[in-house]
Amino acid sequence: MKLSRRTMLAGLVATSPAAAIGAAMDYVIAPVAVADGIWMVAGADEPILTHNGGAIANIAILSTPAGTVLVDCGPSLRYGQALKAAAERLTGKPVIRVYITHVHPDHGMGIAAFDPAIVAALPGTIADIARDGRGFSDAMYRLLGDWMRGTEVVPPGISIASEREDFGGRTLRLLPLSGHSSADLAVLDEQTGLLIGGDLLFHNRAPSTPTADLTRWRESLSTLAALQHKGAIPGHGPFDLTGTEAIRQTRDWIDWLEGALGDAVRSGLDMVEAGQIAIPARFAVMAAARYEVQRSVSHLYPALEARFLPRIDGTAR
Amino acid sequence: MRRHIVMTILLAVAPVPASARAPYPDDPLQSPMWTAHATTIFGDDPVRFDARVKLSFPQIAENQRSFPVALDARGLEGVKRMVVLADLNPIPIAIDYRPLAAAPYVATRIKLDQRTPVRGAVQLANGQWLVSGGWVDAAGGGCSAPPLSRVRGDWADHLGEMRGEAWPTGEAGTARLRVTIRHPMDTGFVANIPTYNIEELSVKSASGETMADMEIWASVAEDPAITIMPHAAPGDALTVDARDSNGRDYIAHLLVARLSALPEAPTP
Repeated sequence: MKLSRRTMLAGLVATSPAAAIGAAMDYVIAPVAVADGIWMVAGADEPILTHNGGAIANIAILSTPAGTVLVDCGPSLRYGQALKAAAERLTGKPVIRVYITHVHPDHGMGIAAFDPAIVAALPGTIADIARDGRGFSDAMYRLLGDWMRGTEVVPPGISIASEREDFGGRTLRLLPLSGHSSADLAVLDEQTGLLIGGDLLFHNRAPSTPTADLTRWRESLSTLAALQHKGAIPGHGPFDLTGTEAIRQTRDWIDWLEGALGDAVRSGLDMVEAGQIAIPARFAVMAAARYEVQRSVSHLYPALEARFLPRIDGTAR
Repeated sequence: MRRHIVMTILLAVAPVPASARAPYPDDPLQSPMWTAHATTIFGDDPVRFDARVKLSFPQIAENQRSFPVALDARGLEGVKRMVVLADLNPIPIAIDYRPLAAAPYVATRIKLDQRTPVRGAVQLANGQWLVSGGWVDAAGGGCSAPPLSRVRGDWADHLGEMRGEAWPTGEAGTARLRVTIRHPMDTGFVANIPTYNIEELSVKSASGETMADMEIWASVAEDPAITIMPHAAPGDALTVDARDSNGRDYIAHLLVARLSALPEAPTP
């Protein structure tokens, strides 16, 4: 019974690290002050992995006279609960509003920890969650297992229709943009001039493109660049003190990516080879670059082939 | 796990008498389906695992409906057959390719129905099979989800649209040919949609010589994209001829470009 003994051993090996992970399954919420009354909780600059529990997106905590405001709330029920507790401890005020910047699950599945009546998102994001939320949820459970326990897909209760929201004198400007997804919310704090860019902004972390429209993304970056803002909290990567570097880097990456993948199609590379193209040295500062190039090949290559490869059926010799 | 063991034992014992089965080497991937697939594909031919068979794929299966795979055996002489398969797919073989007058290279995209070993197997003129591959982690359902064109409802509007181009390569007398064909590639695992897939594709020279010939299975992704390397020179005419399981023919003509592709392909 060589086989069954090996199977039993494999079972033992598989069980012990899982138990260790189970014991350590608590999210650490570590807010860092980035402006007067605004904190950033930094996500890991990594793919969604078991060891980071999916906590890869940046979260913003704002203290207003009316209460605590959150921009994005993480990947899971457990993250949302930990975030709510940490934010309320920090500000001494209850969370009264949670904005969801866009549909992606690393930013919004923590809604499960809040009353949907205080959660606000763009109409397009609410429609995206209604259509794709279940699929994203399945993917998160598959990747993260027990981290996701109890997390349900909850639609935001408030559809954002105004350009501003006032919280007892602290006014936030709400910018309805798109390009990283079909609806991307950016938030500008008028008191400090701090911009919260959601995933329109990546900083020292390669942008991801699963639902991207690169032309609209560029337009949105131009809109952000024209704001008279100060620092910027990107969706992923460290706080951008200048407010312009994350915009520049994100635009530089998507311009390069679209050009390079178009060149790959016109050069006759298949998708595997296109995922191996050289990444320019200036992007060495960007985490997860190769990983995101290979994901982007999957997202963008078929449309580029349809654009650049000529029709050959029915052509006379 | 236990079910796999039972299955392996059944497959190993039941269908083939032990005496008739070739002694396959231990599978480095420890796949529960290794012996079954080896029996079907390799029969009594000698088999060994060999790193000169290069099977490349991305580090992440971003889309289980369409996973890029490239099988490169240009480091070997006398390759007569190349098979791309995923052990745990319900339709394990994706492509069975004969590079008759072509460098032994084939790339395409396949469906993944679950986490599975993905392999390249190459048969040499002396009958020997050389195999390599690796495990690919994937979300489930690549074979049992309806094709996107079925969901959109426009598959018939674009059926048979072919795109492609051929370029000379750094190797004299060898061209790189890429062809895409719009086709739903129905696996038969979606309710009320019977199997419907491209099942044959060949490339012929101007004189009618078959340079490349492959069987294609429904585990190849929707809208198949194929890359091969026929022995053709700049300006040579090539004919791509495919047929689907309803007997529909897909024919395209193209010329190998005069200029080689830029930038250079990366060395994997």
